[in-house]
Amino acid sequence: LAARCSRVTLKSSPLTLRIVAECPVTKARVCDLILPHCTVNTPVFMPVGTQGTLKGITVDQLEDLGCQICLGNTYHLGMRPGPDLIEKANDLHGFMNWKRNLLTDSGGFQMVSLVELSEVTEEGVKFKSPYDGKEILLSPEKSISIQNSLGSDIMMQLDDVVSSTVTGPRVEEAMHRSVRWLDRCIAANKNPHKQNLFAIIQGGLNSKLRKACLDEMTKRDVPGFAIGGLSGGEEKDDFWRMVTLSTDHLPREKPRYLMGVGYAVDLVVCVALGCDMFDCVFPTRTARFGSALVPWGSLQVKQKQYAKDFQPIDPDCQCPTCKRHSRAYLHALFKSDTAAMHHVTIHNISYQLTLMRSVRQSIMEGRFPEFIQSFMKRMFPSRDQYPSWTVDALASVNITLQ
Amino acid sequence: MAGGRMQLELSRVVQGRSRLGVLKGLGRTGQHSLEVPGCLLYTHFGTVPHLTQDTLHTLRNLPSVTQVTLSNIAEHQEVLEEFKDGFRKFAGLHDTVVYCSLHDPATLCPTGYTTNKTVSVWGSGGRIELTVAKFMALQKTVQPDWYQSMADGETWQNSTSRKRVRKSVDRTLAHLDECLLVHQKSQELDGVEVFGVVEGGDILEERVRSARETAKRPVAGFCLDGLQTASMDQRLRTQLITAVNKELPEDKPRLLQGVGRPDEVLACVEAGVDLFESFFPFQVTERGCALCFSFDISPDPERAVLELSEEKDAAGDTKQNGDLNHDDQTQMTSFEINLKDKRYQDDFRPLVEGCGCYCCKNHQRAYLHHLLVTNELLAGVLLMIHNTSHYHGFFSALREALAKDKLDLLKTRIFNPLNFTDATKTGMKDGLCASRPHTG
Repeated sequence: LAARCSRVTLKSSPLTLRIVAECPVTKARVCDLILPHCTVNTPVFMPVGTQGTLKGITVDQLEDLGCQICLGNTYHLGMRPGPDLIEKANDLHGFMNWKRNLLTDSGGFQMVSLVELSEVTEEGVKFKSPYDGKEILLSPEKSISIQNSLGSDIMMQLDDVVSSTVTGPRVEEAMHRSVRWLDRCIAANKNPHKQNLFAIIQGGLNSKLRKACLDEMTKRDVPGFAIGGLSGGEEKDDFWRMVTLSTDHLPREKPRYLMGVGYAVDLVVCVALGCDMFDCVFPTRTARFGSALVPWGSLQVKQKQYAKDFQPIDPDCQCPTCKRHSRAYLHALFKSDTAAMHHVTIHNISYQLTLMRSVRQSIMEGRFPEFIQSFMKRMFPSRDQYPSWTVDALASVNITLQ
Repeated sequence: MAGGRMQLELSRVVQGRSRLGVLKGLGRTGQHSLEVPGCLLYTHFGTVPHLTQDTLHTLRNLPSVTQVTLSNIAEHQEVLEEFKDGFRKFAGLHDTVVYCSLHDPATLCPTGYTTNKTVSVWGSGGRIELTVAKFMALQKTVQPDWYQSMADGETWQNSTSRKRVRKSVDRTLAHLDECLLVHQKSQELDGVEVFGVVEGGDILEERVRSARETAKRPVAGFCLDGLQTASMDQRLRTQLITAVNKELPEDKPRLLQGVGRPDEVLACVEAGVDLFESFFPFQVTERGCALCFSFDISPDPERAVLELSEEKDAAGDTKQNGDLNHDDQTQMTSFEINLKDKRYQDDFRPLVEGCGCYCCKNHQRAYLHHLLVTNELLAGVLLMIHNTSHYHGFFSALREALAKDKLDLLKTRIFNPLNFTDATKTGMKDGLCASRPHTG
């Protein structure tokens, strides 16, 4: 008996959250999120590498920018190259050769946003494959099975995704179904000791429904929670209220992941509202169109006005692009080579990660409220240009914007 | 004339034609050098296609000379004039020699626009007409370390008449004389080298005439134009280059434009060419292929014979294929593998076993296949890194072969019978790319 016991090792949880600092004014916190591949410092922005690559950027470049976790997409990778091949390649980490953490979403969002012919039933989401027209069912079990093959450090439950602009009984139906699907996902997870399954809070823009969802889902012992169903086309006034309602009722000792949020202003405000993790395609997608993110908004490098502008995108930026190239060079390069896109992608990822690092630093040093003030001042030409929702949201956490 | 310090030091001349040596005294301060036979670093507007500095510098032993082309630069003349400090600084290029050519070797220009006084280049906004005055104004703005003089090389089409060829020789000489006149008067071009351009189409007498006349001018070296891959077969090319080189001074370098295939490079080195443009790896990258031919010249001739027969077997095997894009097939050479092919879907080997490039050290064929099938930008980045590395490895091996009298061994690798015209039409073969270790 003793011999048998000695072979049973108590596996530690694949996720540990250490709260490093909490802002005394807002709901912001700084954490170290210890995951199987490395520690992630939060608040964190996670770049999206949809098809097992961050468009045009090597894993080394991503690592050099300080990225500790990025996203892969279950729908896309589940279609091409498929879970079996990725398993053969030593999971998605092995396939991409990314040594740090990966988060995969469930495929649910793409189902609804990309695939026209989808039908949602209790079983799962039915759709027609865009490649061979075959009918496919993405069930909670199937989604988790694919994500198990992908081997991501954080997996998302399959949720019944409903657009935030939808109202009526469908929203309630989706919320309850998402709870049932969460349970099915938990049951289906083959690797609870290696892969963390996050729940996704739904309920649309209805406080009652969202609260009900929070009550139910927090009963399940999942390692983390995402706030879903937002960042669609809804009004920002409704958006922030749902975010703060959610963080009010999520456990303190578990990470809070706000899905699909990536604009700088949104990030800063939602950190103040208590969120730890964010993802968005926007920074990398907009880069490919020549749009560079800067502390005062964005800069469309392809515009004529930059043809003779010999300073870098942001003179204060330390990214490889800004250290070597001017707006004028990039402007011209967009006419000659794809590398122009890569330069801006690198800059934008650097911008996002640096922003989060600055936020984190300011919280740790007890000056997050001051940081918010100067951030907003830099971003907007004047106080009366501050979006009203940001004023309200920050006021709700004791920040009066000057 | 305030010339530069470019100097060709030959250490060997093999069989009276193939030359091995170093081109020294490059750059404004003359501190750079380039081994010959060698190639220039091909760029689009100063950027190696798909690559930023970080990805570029995963490559070691890059050529010290960066090629830029007026076809990319001409439309930005105003910007560069306002910048004032030259193209090298504008592009963020540090510590490299800048060579400025007229055309981009990877793209064939539309014909019919050249006149007695002008040549045209095509930028992103359309055609830009250059007189010698404008050409030289551009050189003064670009401030390269070295450039080719303006030339009419529109003789590469099969239907070019004798009269037209003669005109191209005459015009090119006239352009050269005008360029040199302006050059001598320009302080901005103090220390900058000029290469004359030898034309002559496929007509031997015109080639000889062009070479003789160009050699009379005070140029630092010679570009051989109108011999592009598309224009003629290698036999004729060798014949013409041999005749041309007889007329050129031995101590000045010869740069062949528009030829990049390894077998053609080898043949042209044997005909006395020193320098090439490295656009071939870019073309291979654009068709989703990876260079993988062996240039291993390690000392085991018996193994070489064994491997040759193994290659033939492998080639026989590979006749059953997955889908293949027909367009790729007609341009593809047997120096490369087409990673879009289904067979690579679960091939977890690196592109080339033993290749030390970033792509081969970090990624597998299956991943590259996935990136190509899903149209991901990273495919271009990784393939460009590998193809550039492989190509420069080939040149390195070529120099080593010349130094150690192993050119014949290298030729058995490169001039594989599978390689001749049929190879590209009869279906994809691994051909020269049957995977095995090689030094590179």
